[in-house]
Amino acid sequence: MSASSTELSHSQTHPAADPLTRDGQPLKKSLARALRREKLRALLLISPLLIFVLVSFVMPIGDMLFRSVENKIVADTIPGTVRALANWDSNSDEPPAESVFAALANDMMLAQEKKTHTRLGSRLNYDQPGISSVFRKSGRRVKKLDNEAAKAAFVAINPNWDTPAAWGTLRSTVAWPEQFPMTAISFRHWVAWLQSEEGDDADPEAMVPHGFTYASLYHDLSNMPATSLESLATSSNTDAAALFEGIADQLDAFPSDDFKSQFADIDKGWLRVDNWQAIKRLSPRIVDSYFLAAIDSERTDLGIQRKPDNERIYLLLFVRTIALSLVITCSCILLGYPIAYLLANLSVRASNLILILVLLPFWTSLLVRTSAWKVLLQQQGVINDLLVWVGIVNDSGRLVMINNMTGTIIAMTHILLPFMILPLFSVMKTISPTYMRAAKSMGASDSLAFWRIYFPNTIPGIGAGSILVFILSIGYYITPELVGGTTGVFISNRIAYHISSSLNWGLAAALGTILLVLVMALYWAYDRIVGIDNVKLG
Amino acid sequence: MSATAQAASSSHVRGAAVRFEHVQKSYDGVVLVVKDLNLDIAPGEFVTMLGPSGSGKTTCLMMLAGFEPATHGEIFLNDKPINNVPPRKRGIGMVFQNYALFPHMSVAENLAFPLEIRKLGKSERDAKVKRALDMVELGAFGNRRPAQLSGGQQQRVAVARALVFDPDLVLMDEPLGALDKQLREQMQYEIKHIHESLGVSVVYVTHDQTEALTMSDRVAVFQDGVIQQLSSPDELYESPQNSFVAQFIGENNKLSGTVTNVNGDRCTLTLDDGTRIMAEAVNIDGVNSHSTISLRPERVELEPTESRDNVVNGIVKEVLYLGDHLRIVMSVAGNDEFIVKVPNGGRSVTPVEGQSYKLGWSAGDAKALDSVG
Ligand SMILES: Nc1ncnc2c1ncn2[C@@H]1O[C@H](COP(=O)(O)OP(=O)(O)OP(=O)(O)O)[C@@H](O)[C@H]1O
Ligand SMILES: [Mg+2]
Repeated sequence: MSASSTELSHSQTHPAADPLTRDGQPLKKSLARALRREKLRALLLISPLLIFVLVSFVMPIGDMLFRSVENKIVADTIPGTVRALANWDSNSDEPPAESVFAALANDMMLAQEKKTHTRLGSRLNYDQPGISSVFRKSGRRVKKLDNEAAKAAFVAINPNWDTPAAWGTLRSTVAWPEQFPMTAISFRHWVAWLQSEEGDDADPEAMVPHGFTYASLYHDLSNMPATSLESLATSSNTDAAALFEGIADQLDAFPSDDFKSQFADIDKGWLRVDNWQAIKRLSPRIVDSYFLAAIDSERTDLGIQRKPDNERIYLLLFVRTIALSLVITCSCILLGYPIAYLLANLSVRASNLILILVLLPFWTSLLVRTSAWKVLLQQQGVINDLLVWVGIVNDSGRLVMINNMTGTIIAMTHILLPFMILPLFSVMKTISPTYMRAAKSMGASDSLAFWRIYFPNTIPGIGAGSILVFILSIGYYITPELVGGTTGVFISNRIAYHISSSLNWGLAAALGTILLVLVMALYWAYDRIVGIDNVKLG
Repeated sequence: MSATAQAASSSHVRGAAVRFEHVQKSYDGVVLVVKDLNLDIAPGEFVTMLGPSGSGKTTCLMMLAGFEPATHGEIFLNDKPINNVPPRKRGIGMVFQNYALFPHMSVAENLAFPLEIRKLGKSERDAKVKRALDMVELGAFGNRRPAQLSGGQQQRVAVARALVFDPDLVLMDEPLGALDKQLREQMQYEIKHIHESLGVSVVYVTHDQTEALTMSDRVAVFQDGVIQQLSSPDELYESPQNSFVAQFIGENNKLSGTVTNVNGDRCTLTLDDGTRIMAEAVNIDGVNSHSTISLRPERVELEPTESRDNVVNGIVKEVLYLGDHLRIVMSVAGNDEFIVKVPNGGRSVTPVEGQSYKLGWSAGDAKALDSVG
């Protein structure tokens, strides 16, 4: 390296790769700082909208997505039953064993106290029609269940079982929730039940639990391996050892309250295997049942299956929604294109007038417009009268144009037309008329010049308009509801029904999620095929 | 200049590529934008329409191309009236003011478009496209979109597209308007070159007089929908027919006065301050009529060494040094903006501001024209 270049590298001005500003800061750093301030300001400006969108849009959508799989109600309402059911083979033809019914009795005691059993019943009813009445009936009568048999047997073996101290000892053993899972749940429920029944000042420490808890204890003990039982009786904790002294021998001959037949007496439904299969299937906190229902399927003991023909509805609605949206989009293109062309090529005065006519529908209420179509299209309506009067149809053959698909297509095309015309218009306005002139000067006929030169340049407008119209119509609700009858309703009508009438929000959320995914998939496909940068709104 | 470079009249000339006969045009039924246009263009000729903005040049071109109907009169193409022939059947190549390249097609597709319409086979089409692109030196740009080209390149594509289907007549409407000076000069040369090698007739529109003078066989100077003069560039410069043309083409000094004596093609004018000037009688109404003398700045000699027809005193007001020449603004015979161009080199006098100098010019360089322009 030459002397001069070494010298240069020591001087202030040298590093060409990392130029400095005049105050000696690296240029990149000052630039970044300047840009950061700009960015912060931009962020500040958009923050009200950002917060608004976050609170009113992103969070509800996230909540909706979550609701479509969320299912804590079963595990929260009947935790003991869910746990006990783990040992039941859902493929067996037998209803679950007594231990499950004991847990159920215990769960139901608290549930009916809290009035949560009916909600659980409704939830299960979505997947297992008829089960809600079983829950409702049982809720009323669960209090009257005989539950003293197990308790009596424990007390007979050792009278200390009837003292709060016995439960204190039991609960202070090291592995109480692990060793006596059902008992622990039952005890917890009993405490909750007690406090709800007698107020917060009830002291569970000074009382013995109800019989259901003794029944649970019995089932925990009988499910234990023999060695564990032995170690209980010989445990170093003498109080505990005393309590379990001699119980192991008697377990086989323990008397039972026979909750199973008591429940069967309340409602035969409790002996139906399919009801129990549904409960077990829906016990996880995250389930796919809403999604399966949304595609007309269900999970049976044979795996996922399509529902019987007469119960299928949603797939048909999805297909219809997409097909009708496509038809509506196409008719909007066909009707809107000439208008947009006229708008773009007339004098400013004339085109302003037409533009006002195009926008006029926006100034009238959607309901009024839709109702107007009812008046026009009904069988005794204006159009039919006109057709009869002209003689195209005879009086008995009046056309049915409302409360069916035709009605939906006609009314929605009319309502969405401006969304096609406006982007088309703004794209057409930018197409210089000299393109057509140039084409003609080269010998192209009018139609050839149109199809080869004009039309390709309007495709971005068609794309933008189609995306707008299609996405708007795929989620449209009011118009199909009013003029669609049964054959012209969309999936959104069904979603609305589940949100406001059947209150099956999970299914509504699953349907909504599928619709969202569908729209995004179509958008993606559009981007792949046409290219989203080929869309111009102006 | 070509033999066709003669002032065309409305008289019937056989074999004209284009002929306007008494063509009038009005857009609104009130104002005549083109008033009685008569113009003959010979096959292979390069005619430029030159004129200020709004003088009706584009309108004439549009009538010729068929995009605007003539309100009155007849336009002939190869001696056939074309008033009722639609644009696509006229077979005229056109370069639009804003190029009008189809944005959704590549350069090659743009060029192939007129050939496709003429149903040429693929191989023939490709060959012609390639030849046309090579002609404008854009052979490597066939696959680009017009938006990916510079202004000058787009311009060349537009020219190539107008020529690719071998039309007999090409119309160009201010094709170089958007280009910078250097590119414009290069393109002028290229268009001229293409014209000469292909032998097509060209009608060219511009309001740049240098462009008109350097490129054309003949120039039609337009003003208010009337052709003021139609002649070859040198004639236009050397012998303008009226003061508008004199003023519009090149730099010009105006001296107005009254004709006091006419003698053949010479006349004498008395200027408003009494100075008598000998001039060539180009376009005057006779003795005692008012007239304007048009005099090119470079024809005036400062401190003439030989005797001259006219010698006048002038006071120097401003001297501008322009490298190859000096531009002197003087006050001469009541005209305070009299311009004199003195070639830089071997001159004896160095003009000084405020000083008085003698100016001389010959009578033949002073054109006496009618009316004050
Ligand atoms: N479509 C039209 N409708 C009404 N008037 C028009 C129309 N086109 C041009 N004119 C008028 O006709 C006159 C001539 O216009 P033209 O376009 O021929 O001028 P030009 O010589 O090409 O001008 P420029 O050099 O600015 O292009 C102008 O006064 C213009 O206002
Ligand atoms: Mg023009």
